[in-house]
Amino acid sequence: MATATREATRAPAAPAAGARRASRRARPATGSHQRTLVSSVTLNSRRGKIIYRVVLALVIVVFTLAFIGPMYFLFTSGLKSTQEAIATPPTLYPHHPVPGTYSAAWSHLDVARMMGNTLYYAFGALVFQLVFDIAAAYSLSKLRPFLGNAVLFGMLATLMIPVTVLVVPQYVTVADLPILHVNLIGTPEAIWLPSVANAFNIYLLKRFFDSIPSDYIDAAQVDGASRLRILWNIVLPISRPIIAVVSIFSLVAVWKDFLWPLLVEFGYSPTRETLNVGIWQGVIGTPPNLLIAASAIAAVPTIAFFLIFQRNIMAGLTAGGIRG
Amino acid sequence: MGKVARAQRTASAWAFLIGAVLCFSFFSWFPIVREVIMSFQKPVYGGGNTWAGLANYVRIFHDPTFWQAWRNTLEFTILALVVGYAVPFFVAILLNELRHARGYLRVLVYLPVMLPPATALVLFSYFYNPQYGLFDRLLHAVGLPVSQWVLTPGDGFFSIAMISVVIASTWMNMGSATLIYLAALQNIPGELYEAAELEGANLFQRIRHVTIPQTRLVLVMLLMLQVVATMQMFIESFVLTNGGGGVDNNTQSVVMLIYQYAFAMSGASNYNSASALGVVLMLVLAVFSGGFLWATRERG
Repeated sequence: MATATREATRAPAAPAAGARRASRRARPATGSHQRTLVSSVTLNSRRGKIIYRVVLALVIVVFTLAFIGPMYFLFTSGLKSTQEAIATPPTLYPHHPVPGTYSAAWSHLDVARMMGNTLYYAFGALVFQLVFDIAAAYSLSKLRPFLGNAVLFGMLATLMIPVTVLVVPQYVTVADLPILHVNLIGTPEAIWLPSVANAFNIYLLKRFFDSIPSDYIDAAQVDGASRLRILWNIVLPISRPIIAVVSIFSLVAVWKDFLWPLLVEFGYSPTRETLNVGIWQGVIGTPPNLLIAASAIAAVPTIAFFLIFQRNIMAGLTAGGIRG
Repeated sequence: MGKVARAQRTASAWAFLIGAVLCFSFFSWFPIVREVIMSFQKPVYGGGNTWAGLANYVRIFHDPTFWQAWRNTLEFTILALVVGYAVPFFVAILLNELRHARGYLRVLVYLPVMLPPATALVLFSYFYNPQYGLFDRLLHAVGLPVSQWVLTPGDGFFSIAMISVVIASTWMNMGSATLIYLAALQNIPGELYEAAELEGANLFQRIRHVTIPQTRLVLVMLLMLQVVATMQMFIESFVLTNGGGGVDNNTQSVVMLIYQYAFAMSGASNYNSASALGVVLMLVLAVFSGGFLWATRERG
């Protein structure tokens, strides 16, 4: 994690030469920092230094307590026995650690199945979104078909309508697709296909494709390359950064979704439950230590994913504009 | 270019587009229309639907839970604004001033955003537990009276129960707003602060006259997005109160009520009342967003 953290610090501030950075970062408040609210001059004064140190220490302590504190209990409460987990007053650390709680939680709540389901839904949705949304954005940006602008407007207009509001008609529609009369409830497609209707993906991808000079594409066209070939060999390699952002957001969205998988998967059969739904379902009738242990296991993949991709995630948050 | 070639061009462009267009049609455009249609219909015994005029709307307006859910949702939105809107901004200002541990602090703030929400909420309901919860222990340790947290009865406008929901929600969600503010703060040209300081502006004046105007666009956009998002509060109350809506429904939200109308009421579930409520929520949010954008537009 140490290297990852250092990488993130470097991000937008000073593009200083690598060799010098280490020595600069060692001293507080030097010129390498962009001018912000408080100037480096003020900070370098005697009084400024003292105040800065106190504030820094306070911030680190308070933030660690506020954000790592709950995580600490997430991981240690799962090591307690049921008796200790519901003891009054609560213990601050497991006095008699029972690592077996984790394996008990794993089998009792069938975490493996929940995790398998979640991964299956998330990566399936990712594939569908990448294939259909990239193709659509490419078409809207570079091929500009008849009625393309009307379609784009219709897609972007859906950003104005919050998803939770539509949950009932969406459910009814998925249960009996118009024209086709297919019932998708209980199938993974009930999550995969609606995830494609994501106007934010289309917007991000189209905006990026728009910035690719058409000279490249024209040249390839003269050489006789097909549309698909141009997309595959020219557009996609250039667009790797934005595809990374879209992929991360789409994985996280499915991973965090609750109401929709609750309705279309869990509502069909408890064996289709996702992690989110399964943990909620476990609230009734599961001893708290098992439930917390299962939650901790459920949290591990996302935490690992975040620490690995944190630079892309944080860049995506701002590069992708604002999203609530 | 010949007619055939042009037709071919259009056809192949649409071949790329058609997958997404079908998904939008089935899962976004059609449900929007269908929600409005369903809200004016009622089921007929033996299958099918018939027009019901405003009956669904009249019925939900006469449901006391409807007004309670709206009041609770408004309460949550206001509390979340007080806590969840101001806090990330000041946290971002603070983080932007620090020359150390910036990466560490950013990771900390954003970490809860990545957790599956049910995980975080199960953890909070463990902390909130009146018998063996950690939070009562902390209150006890500093000599304050213990609390029932989410299970506190009473439905005043700023009830303890709702404040508990807001605390959990803010912990889970504040990371993304903080990072967006942080990026906006880093785009403020340093010269502005330099100039303000030369003019003798103190710290608070610099925040008031440089930081806030320079980040105005982001502040305004996030305000709107946050209100729209908090008006759709669902999972927080749903998990913390186990789908029940709290003591006497004092943390019941509008989206929870949509869910209950459609899927959880005893007897036949009624999609039509739920659709009517959905239409009302959609209208409220549309009027709010439109009005907000109009009120905060850039005056030329």
